[in-house]
Amino acid sequence: MDLDKSMIGIASEPYSAVVEQEHVAQFAQAIGDDNPVYVNEAYAKTTAYKGTTVPPTFLVALGSNAKFPLKLDFKRMLHGEQEFIYHHPVRIGDKLDCTMTVTDVYDRVGKSGTMQFLVLDTNMTTADGALVAVSRNTIIYRQAQKEAK
Amino acid sequence: MRAITIISFSELQPNVALPSFTKPAVTKMQLVQYAQASGDLNPLHTDDDFAKSIGMDGVIAHGMLIMGFLGQYVQEIAGTESLVHQFNMRFGAMTKPGDAITCGGVVKQLTEINGQPAAELELFAEKAPGERVGTGSAVLLYTNPCN
Repeated sequence: MDLDKSMIGIASEPYSAVVEQEHVAQFAQAIGDDNPVYVNEAYAKTTAYKGTTVPPTFLVALGSNAKFPLKLDFKRMLHGEQEFIYHHPVRIGDKLDCTMTVTDVYDRVGKSGTMQFLVLDTNMTTADGALVAVSRNTIIYRQAQKEAK
Repeated sequence: MRAITIISFSELQPNVALPSFTKPAVTKMQLVQYAQASGDLNPLHTDDDFAKSIGMDGVIAHGMLIMGFLGQYVQEIAGTESLVHQFNMRFGAMTKPGDAITCGGVVKQLTEINGQPAAELELFAEKAPGERVGTGSAVLLYTNPCN
């Protein structure tokens, strides 16, 4: 199955994820990111964050259980680009309501033929409906015949 | 890792290079820890035999671990004065255990978002001079200027 523009707008079932202190600490430790803004409330209050927050890439650790109605071939998928947009700081204890949506499908002609790109936005909102963050995943979907090397 | 000099907004100018920093070499243990912490359990990152079975020399690092290094760098530069408003990375060459990743960047321009000062940064992560494993950008929003 190749991608086409009709897939734009297809969305996952909503799911929720809780930002847990232990998970944040485990994630920062795996990266080796010892910034006190993730753990030290007194320090974090002196920063622009006004309280502890999460490492900039932590949101990827929340989204792995989305039920998605598109059947994609994982062997053809390459992670091309990742983006995070923060409208508000993410806090320890936040319960984030998440929905993953196909926001773009496009082709690009490269040296090895035409490559397809799939853009998946995961919007994360708090219970009051405020959009806190967007995690944008751009997947390179390789041609089927290229998969056997 | 606290070695980066925090740069105040007042010192930022377009085309000014940001101080670079180099992470300790990636280890296989770190890939196992990152797999567990991130939920990305693809054995390509943790099982040498699996990696060899699909034509690799051995395990490779998660692209998102490298973005995590660049995220650490961005958060460090944000210091106490600013928020990371936007941050992206395009994935380049593969990173293997033993590679030491250096993060660096440059100030692209100073701007404003909703009336608040902001800095647009261009970023890179490389495993050797010129061997980029990722390139990206970030926007820092200066909501807490230190006077």
